[in-house]
Amino acid sequence: MFESIQQIVFGRLTFEDFIHEPIMAGAGIGMVGALFAVIIGLTFFKKWKWLWHNWITALDPKKIGIMYLIVAAIMLFRGLADALLLRAQQATNGSAELLNSDHFQQIFSAHGSIMIFFVGMGVIFGIFNLIVPSQIGSRDVAFPFLNSVSFWLFAVGMILINMPMVVGEFSNAGWLAYPPLSGLEYNPGVGVDYWIWALQISGIGSLLSGINFFTTIIKMRAPGMTLMKMPIFTWSVLMSTSLIMFAFPILTVTLGLLALDRTLGMHFFTTMAGGNPMMYINLIWAWGHPEVYILVLPAFGIFSEVVATFSKKRIFGYTSMVIALVAIAFLSFTVWLHHFFTMGAGADVNTLFGIMTMVIAIPTGVKVFNWIFTMYRGRVDFKTPMLWFMGFIVTFTLGGLAGVMMSVPAVDFQFHNSLFLVAHFHTMIVGGVLFGAFAGFAYWFPKFTGFMLNERLGRYAFWFWIVGFLLAFVPLYILGFMGATRRLDHYDPSLGWQGLFIVAGIGVMLICVGVFFQLLQIVYSVIKRKENPAGSDPWDARTLEWATNSPPAEYVFATIPTVTTRDAFWEMKQTKKKPTEPEYEDIWLPKNSGAGIIIGLFVLIFSGAIVWHMWWLAVLGLLGAIVTTIIKLSDDEPDYKLTAAKIAKHELKLKLKLQEKTV
Amino acid sequence: MRKDKKTIFKRVAQVVISSLVALSIIGVLVFVTQGRDMPVLDTHGTIANQQRDLILLTFGLGLLVVIPVLVMLFSIAWRYRAGNKKAKYQPEFDGHLGLEALWWGIPCIIIIVLAIITYVSTHALDPYKSIESKTEALKVQVISLEWKWLFIYPDKGVATLNYLNIPEDTPIDMTITSDAPMNSFWVPALAGQVYSMTGMSTKLHLMADTVGSYKGTSANISGEGFADMRFTVNSMTSDNFSKWVIEAANSKNALSKDSYAQLAKQSKNDGEKTYMLMNNGLYNEIVMKYMSHQAADKPADTKIDTTETHQMDHMDHDMSGMDM
Repeated sequence: MFESIQQIVFGRLTFEDFIHEPIMAGAGIGMVGALFAVIIGLTFFKKWKWLWHNWITALDPKKIGIMYLIVAAIMLFRGLADALLLRAQQATNGSAELLNSDHFQQIFSAHGSIMIFFVGMGVIFGIFNLIVPSQIGSRDVAFPFLNSVSFWLFAVGMILINMPMVVGEFSNAGWLAYPPLSGLEYNPGVGVDYWIWALQISGIGSLLSGINFFTTIIKMRAPGMTLMKMPIFTWSVLMSTSLIMFAFPILTVTLGLLALDRTLGMHFFTTMAGGNPMMYINLIWAWGHPEVYILVLPAFGIFSEVVATFSKKRIFGYTSMVIALVAIAFLSFTVWLHHFFTMGAGADVNTLFGIMTMVIAIPTGVKVFNWIFTMYRGRVDFKTPMLWFMGFIVTFTLGGLAGVMMSVPAVDFQFHNSLFLVAHFHTMIVGGVLFGAFAGFAYWFPKFTGFMLNERLGRYAFWFWIVGFLLAFVPLYILGFMGATRRLDHYDPSLGWQGLFIVAGIGVMLICVGVFFQLLQIVYSVIKRKENPAGSDPWDARTLEWATNSPPAEYVFATIPTVTTRDAFWEMKQTKKKPTEPEYEDIWLPKNSGAGIIIGLFVLIFSGAIVWHMWWLAVLGLLGAIVTTIIKLSDDEPDYKLTAAKIAKHELKLKLKLQEKTV
Repeated sequence: MRKDKKTIFKRVAQVVISSLVALSIIGVLVFVTQGRDMPVLDTHGTIANQQRDLILLTFGLGLLVVIPVLVMLFSIAWRYRAGNKKAKYQPEFDGHLGLEALWWGIPCIIIIVLAIITYVSTHALDPYKSIESKTEALKVQVISLEWKWLFIYPDKGVATLNYLNIPEDTPIDMTITSDAPMNSFWVPALAGQVYSMTGMSTKLHLMADTVGSYKGTSANISGEGFADMRFTVNSMTSDNFSKWVIEAANSKNALSKDSYAQLAKQSKNDGEKTYMLMNNGLYNEIVMKYMSHQAADKPADTKIDTTETHQMDHMDHDMSGMDM
């Protein structure tokens, strides 16, 4: 009797689920402790109100962007800590008995999922939110409230993926959880369910965000900014978001089907009763390959802005760059099978997908040449963003070479699932996406804070990163040739792999030093902020976001600029038009709304309850989310008015402040 | 003047330090790599030899692009650095039809060459294709289990666990399945890998060209004991192989339906074992176990004649298994 009531109320949750092995328990206690420290701090300094009004309920994309970046940074630390544990295990060949096999497998599954979904996606959405509206001369995104919901769904996913550190266990089936290993038969616990729902919820957030930014770019550009006058970064976001709109529904469905298999005992991907795991592998990669480009295209866009600005020159071959972006976006849907040439499709099928994969190298190569020629006959200033650019080209071409090699199916048979493959995609994602995000961060930081980042510490960070990066991943390429497969928690010592794993481990440690310098750079720059004001245009930049104040006012542009050419802001500076006294108009801005986080909390209850089979709670959570959405959407006055007089006053104040500084 | 000297000194110091760092990295990498076995490059099988040549060929073709890119990157970056006022500055220079045609064109040509290589090599090295040889092929059935490899020689009445003996210069026809989560069968010195999946029968052909022992492994994660799914392939002279077969066929261990059920249970580090094969149709039964649509719901209803060979033909090409 008692047991059945307990089962109805708590599902499969028992007290034992809170007990963990020492390392996991330490991490969990640390995490909960940090959370408590933050809560106590907020209470002690009476900052709850400030947090609620300025951040949690904010619909301002500039604030949402910063919140994305903070979550992504925290997740980067988590992912990096995972990487350190994995490398420590492999460098000692398991002899330190840090982790058992199951725990090791949970950690690499978490490392991959977190780095892609919560670091990669986090940084690109953070940068979208911060840059896209002002770069196209708009004040806001198309759907400000939806934007907040997207962020909170992302945050819920983040909580779900970290929850196993406190209660239950995580998936041990790798970052893409192939069935049958991820099926009920081999994985009856909560681990895979945590994985499914963390990705499902944040994935829906990503989809909504993708729709939002696509619409923003299509509908909200400043007058005169035709598609072919958009900055390359905006183009890259347009392509990335269209990929999101086409690819993420596939993920949603695939995860949904796997969830049905696991929760309701259906047979989509089991090998029994007509189910087929190969279907899952096809579906997940039909999303997974475009996902790579969803992440890397915005990085391409960032580098395009960076290299043009710091070379004091227009981007070389604008039209080629746009065609290349569109081509890459289109082609990215035609290559998914190269992730499983080894599944036994016929030679004709493998040939087709192999060749399609190589074809992507053409537009990508064109972009590389155009970037290099943007520097040609320029005046290249090697500030930190440019260092990341140089590092990116080197790692990206080398990783690309490995990629082209593996696109030949017969070669792939020897590299698939080996550490060569692991090294390849880390070269592309770290060297592409992460270096791009760092370049963008260093480039746009002054715009959003009003002060400069310290250059010297930035350079130290770069050098530690690049040396650490090479040390961490070149050994993995070599290990691939030695026949080392991925995801091994121990190996035959007679193979002589240990030396290379130790070098790789040292590489990761150097990367950690790089990250430490990045943190130090931020802290130091914040402390010295009074001495290093940025002004509105510290880099002598070219695009519209630099035409705003640093940091931009809430309404961004007091008057919406009219665009006549590419590099609109550069043009404005060149023609040096005497600014006529602007005519201010009333501006409508969205009111803050707490509905985003409330919906997020209900969704957290819903998905957490499903993981633990507490059906009554799941229904409650779902109902709560739906009801909150309806209530919010029936609000007839979501906006408030900023009068022209107020704007004039604010602008005057900013101008006076600026003059004071220059005097 | 003094300032100039200082900057020059600083630059020299930078160059010296960075070269030292680079040299020490290379030194360390050479130290931990030298003398190690590299089965992907140091191959001993017909298929793997060709795959190695292909790796080197695609690598060379790739370098044709990578080297110019890196040379251009650093030379242009150096020449047009902000400090070099002698360099031409042309801020409006934002396109050149000839140049852009060049770097759309050259990669296109390289990719066309690579595409032809891909077409030819993918068909030539299709793992499903039999290897032509004067010697008659040896049939081996491979089953991945939790967490070990079972090899069945259906024509020899022998089965082995975690090791595989093969005669040299003889084509080996492998059919591969799984009675466990998906694994990947990989012997890098002999041939590239192919997945092993439940209810599917994939194929791999390979041939060792010398006598020797080669390491094999599962390349796809399949649960807790996955790291221990290692096996050895021993290539031996055909005389020695025949002798071994006779010895093995008289092994005290017998592999029957019952002993297989025992073997299929989860276990790690089972070591190498040799069996006398009692049931020729075992492999087919394992594949067919997963093929029935009703299997999960009412296992009693299903009566499939698993020894019928024509049913196996259906599964020959993996995907066709789906429409059964």
